[in-house]
Amino acid sequence: MTAKIDEAQVRRVALLSRLELSNEEVAQFSTQLSDIVEYIEKLSGLDTDNVQPLAHCLPVYNVLREDVPHPSLTNDQALANAPDREDEYFKVPKILDDNSGA
Amino acid sequence: MDTVKQLRDKIAVGQTKSTDAVKAVFDHIEKHESTIGAYISLYKEQALEQAGKIDEKIAAGRPVGPLAGVPIAIKDNMCTTFGATTCGSKILENFHAPYNAHIVEKLNAANAIIIGKCNLDEFAMGSSTENSGLKKTVNPWDTDRVPGGSSGGSAAAVAARLCCGALGSDTGGSIRQPASFCGVVGLKPTYGRVSRYGLVAYGSSLDQIGPLTQDVTDTALLLNTIAGHDQRDSTSVPETMAPVPDYLEQLETPVKGLKIATVPHLNKGADASVQKALQDALEVYKSLGAEIIEIDMPHFDYAISAYYVIATAEASSNLARFDGVHYGYRSQNANDYIEVYSKSRDEAFGQEVKRRIMLGTYALSSGYYDAYYLKALKVRNLIRSDFTKAFEQADCLMMPVSPTTAFKIGEKTDDPLQMYLADIYTIAVNLAGVPGISIPCGFDEKNLPIGLQIISAPFSEDKLLRIARMHEKQTDWHTKKPNI
Repeated sequence: MTAKIDEAQVRRVALLSRLELSNEEVAQFSTQLSDIVEYIEKLSGLDTDNVQPLAHCLPVYNVLREDVPHPSLTNDQALANAPDREDEYFKVPKILDDNSGA
Repeated sequence: MDTVKQLRDKIAVGQTKSTDAVKAVFDHIEKHESTIGAYISLYKEQALEQAGKIDEKIAAGRPVGPLAGVPIAIKDNMCTTFGATTCGSKILENFHAPYNAHIVEKLNAANAIIIGKCNLDEFAMGSSTENSGLKKTVNPWDTDRVPGGSSGGSAAAVAARLCCGALGSDTGGSIRQPASFCGVVGLKPTYGRVSRYGLVAYGSSLDQIGPLTQDVTDTALLLNTIAGHDQRDSTSVPETMAPVPDYLEQLETPVKGLKIATVPHLNKGADASVQKALQDALEVYKSLGAEIIEIDMPHFDYAISAYYVIATAEASSNLARFDGVHYGYRSQNANDYIEVYSKSRDEAFGQEVKRRIMLGTYALSSGYYDAYYLKALKVRNLIRSDFTKAFEQADCLMMPVSPTTAFKIGEKTDDPLQMYLADIYTIAVNLAGVPGISIPCGFDEKNLPIGLQIISAPFSEDKLLRIARMHEKQTDWHTKKPNI
């Protein structure tokens, strides 16, 4: 039987998940995720045509408060855990290349 | 080691000093922590300083909080402004939270002393604490075995008396199962009872914080401290909708005309020793006049499938925040901004976290959403209706916590699906949002503890704790200690 989730699919999902997996991980996840998904598919055996989806057990409603400013983190507090920063900014590698016209 | 309540009472009347209690617990930690490995971080100096202040206050006759001077541990997925908040992950190994979780504020306000932060499966994903990226924790009853998980550090710390009591979090059994494996009491409150503010999110519609303690009284006492509304968690339930009673007040009053439901077809999946312990517990209740009825929960068998779609879908979204930019680990090998994400995440997340992110992303991805995610949410509704019907007929449900007692370290790590299947008894409780407790109810032939799970209707913790206490009063399982 072919794997339910083949290596190409694992790579596609890894890209969506922003995970750069090694070849060994891709092979391993293909096997393991296929096993798990095959098990999960028992859900399709249940008739749920007239059942509402339940995302939350309690009634969920908007929680609003008066629009009054509250104290929040200072810039330094918010930046304190940044792997890299410059002045008041989070620092990351360049996103646009030099001739992108930005 | 005294229980939380015993120690609290002694400290309050000046019979014991908090400083001496904190010193004693750290002496014990220094002796045994290298074997047990319950803690990711410890805060001795800070604890002694706080204890000194409590002692001064009491000596001066000033009022103190309901947990004054008592050494408490918390799971390391709860934010504290002191030390790191690691979630057992390399990605957060050096993360210092800029704010305290709601429950940390509550513990501080009650004058409890937080002595350390406990090990866990990375991001609370696992049933053995073997998925921690930082540390290994063993079961105090048999150091070749796992403490359970994901709150394995908290459960092991309470069992080995490396603290008086602890807090954990439970998304699919992560308080109840380690409590069962380590022979302590563990409560998952109703979803919405305890604020999740400052709890690092795994499955946001399932996560709930609760106590792990030496006995039921301590669970009631800690729940008194942490339960209640918090405007910073929009799913925290207002007390106008569900009042928070004093959980200690009626604790010694047995539930009159108690009706217990069991689900015979489910129990057959458990080891013989676990089934026997459950039967013995039911006999205890019968002798107290309880009526036992047998019911069916037709959708229970689908809970694992629904859970591993819903929880991983929520996790894949929640863990998208770990981007190597705002906080946490960043790869030194990234050549562009995409690699900052993908290499940082690959290098710092462990296998189980990656597996769950992948599974959740798959279930939410185009073409699979209806078949998996939407389907799982519908099945969740059916599972909840099983519980609703059960509580129309009975005060509570009783069943095992886990089909087995604590298993050997490494025994299940190669087969994640087998590990998931062992969550059968705990997972449906989270999907339905109802409260569940694990209390010690016996030992197997290897002298490993067995837990009894009691489940009740939403916001009926008061009754749930009274039911648990009825059993505890008739038995001495909770007084047994591991020989460490």
